[in-house]
Amino acid sequence: MARRALALSPPAWPGAVAAGGLAALCLGTLAVLARAGQGGAGQGGGGLGPADIAAIRFTLSQAALSALLSVALAVPVARALARRRFAGRAAFVTALGAPFLLPVIVAVLGLVAIFGQRGAVNAALGALGLPAVDVYGLGGVVLAHVFLNLPLAVRMILHGWQAIPAERLRLAASLGFSARNVARHIERPMLRAVLPGALLAIFLVCLGSFAVALILGGGPRATTVELAIYQAVRFDFDLGRAALLALVQAGLCAAAVVAAGAMAAPSGFGPGAGRRIEAVPGAAGPVARAADALVLLGAAALISAPIAAVVARGLPEIATLPAPVWQAALRSALIAPVSAAVAVAGAVALLGPILRGGAGGRAAEVAAMLPVVASPLVLGAGLFLLLFPVIAPDRVALGVTAVLNGVLALPFVLRLLIPPAREIAATDGRLAAALGLSAAGFLRLVLLPRLRRPLGFGAGVAVAFAMGDLGVIALFATEAPTLPLQVMRLMGAFRMDEAAGAALLLVVMAFAGFALCDRWGRGGDAQA
Amino acid sequence: MLKLDGVVIEAGDFTLRADWSVPAGARVALIGPSGAGKSTLLGAIAGFVAPARGRILWEGRDLGPLEPGARPVSILFQDQNLFPHLDVAENLGLGISPALRLGGEDRARIARVLARVGLAGADRRRPGTLSGGEAARVALARALLRARPMLLLDEPFAAFGPALRADMLGLVDEIATETGALVLLVTHDPADARRFAQSCVFVAEGSARPPVPTARFFAEADQTLRAYLGPSA
Repeated sequence: MARRALALSPPAWPGAVAAGGLAALCLGTLAVLARAGQGGAGQGGGGLGPADIAAIRFTLSQAALSALLSVALAVPVARALARRRFAGRAAFVTALGAPFLLPVIVAVLGLVAIFGQRGAVNAALGALGLPAVDVYGLGGVVLAHVFLNLPLAVRMILHGWQAIPAERLRLAASLGFSARNVARHIERPMLRAVLPGALLAIFLVCLGSFAVALILGGGPRATTVELAIYQAVRFDFDLGRAALLALVQAGLCAAAVVAAGAMAAPSGFGPGAGRRIEAVPGAAGPVARAADALVLLGAAALISAPIAAVVARGLPEIATLPAPVWQAALRSALIAPVSAAVAVAGAVALLGPILRGGAGGRAAEVAAMLPVVASPLVLGAGLFLLLFPVIAPDRVALGVTAVLNGVLALPFVLRLLIPPAREIAATDGRLAAALGLSAAGFLRLVLLPRLRRPLGFGAGVAVAFAMGDLGVIALFATEAPTLPLQVMRLMGAFRMDEAAGAALLLVVMAFAGFALCDRWGRGGDAQA
Repeated sequence: MLKLDGVVIEAGDFTLRADWSVPAGARVALIGPSGAGKSTLLGAIAGFVAPARGRILWEGRDLGPLEPGARPVSILFQDQNLFPHLDVAENLGLGISPALRLGGEDRARIARVLARVGLAGADRRRPGTLSGGEAARVALARALLRARPMLLLDEPFAAFGPALRADMLGLVDEIATETGALVLLVTHDPADARRFAQSCVFVAEGSARPPVPTARFFAEADQTLRAYLGPSA
């Protein structure tokens, strides 16, 4: 009985407005960049110089290395998590979400504290008479990316492991499979399906790396395209070249997005706790147990040590932080809710056309992907070009940062909302239509209340992202920095204790903002 | 009077024809094998399925252009008849105002219909805390509030045991009598039809046959109907 459901969807026009706004912002800035890029090529006597080619090459190679290393390390961690049950496992899986929310500058500060010249690792190496490691350059950039993305990779791969039906493993056990047989017949096929998506997702994130490259990279051998855009704007004031680089960056991201779309990567932030997998053949031996324990301890150490270092160093400072730090904190606290509002309102508006489907729905989905292609520095450079002749960039820095971070978080929030919204529209849409609810009434009375949980989570992530932003703001602000920018300046001035204190404050703010929103979202659960 | 005027519903390979009418206030059972199109026919009357040809008329008025909520119809689905995130009173309130703007008099009416279906005082409970029978009572109470001239029941009691189903049909009968509603009941159980319906519509082999008075429907069953009913009937 195929029934064409003439069920209710939320209104379409706010989605049209949101999609139009996104298209105008993203395509508009690209158009501005294209025009300026042509001008730059004309007067500068030749598009991209050797330094720019080197930046493109470095961007691609560090992103590829970061993705490969993150995923390679994530596989054993995910396998250990999938087949072991231990006290604190759920907490471990939850904690894997933390680096995702951690402001990048804090992660970098923590890594410098551990792996830097005077960090714990080099102290240990020195005591053993081994050569020191260098946290700057390609190695440092990749290390930071692995730190930031390993947890994401673990969650994506764990998701794949948990999607293996327990019946399949029971069958394997009954057939007397060894660990090797399980790997060959069950695990490897799963990994073949999951890994390409995870690789591309991380590759895409690392393509847009700015803050990491800004601090750990730099110089002719370790500059990403995003960093080159920033330097062209801030140091050389060569807006034509900045525009050209921004177009290159957008092109790289677009290619990666198209490739990712062809693979339909699974989302890495679904429920992490997972269902029970019974005894996995070959996993019970003492060697396998010890190996898994070692892997999990190693991952825990890699993830927690840099954060612990920031906390340890920052805690004594936090009470005596100077006034500029608190002022910067206030600016960040003002920006974040605006960003979250932009991201959530835009995503909810886009649900209307997307749930209705058809050409309008597809157009809305494409519009929602635009911010992924246009990275922070690309959008920022375009707006900088647009606004610079009219108004001092410093005066609009906070507003632009708030809005752009909201726009950049929008695709993430939307991806959280679409699956549950489709389900609600399918089940409750028909009932709502039968009762004569209007499209707006359906949105207000049914869809939004039922989406409360992903809305809270999404808003929390958007808040944390905006708090930690160190891309847009670095491009625009000179006089009135936000907290991450202030941390960076303190680091630049080698006031490392103060930087750690400010970084700790930033972490607390980002996580508190996230927790506040997420708790609000969970508040709706009592009723389900 | 509900008139199905040369209605043809198509969906892929599936076709269903219906060309008959029933008077206002009647009790009609729709019987037939699964997949024959009983629910689809109700869906067409309720406005969820657009017929490929023909018209559906109520008291001479074509329902075609009307949205589901604007039709002279209340429908109870097999399940999901209540919004899980709203409490019982809010779910009932939607039967009065789809924008859920309720005054004091509305609240009093809600309390009265709740008492009427035997659930006095349940207004703050969530659907998740209700038994299947209680949830069905709330949905019926909402139909009572909406007081539409047609009540379509798409097997909302199918999961209940015989005694509870008999209870529910008794309540439906009372409510339909109060509101004067025409009831179309989809059922698999001949006993339900015998107990409840004045006439029966057999839905099979691509058509919904014209209604036949219940006693004669079972007495004069043809080959196809006997095959469906089986030896026990």
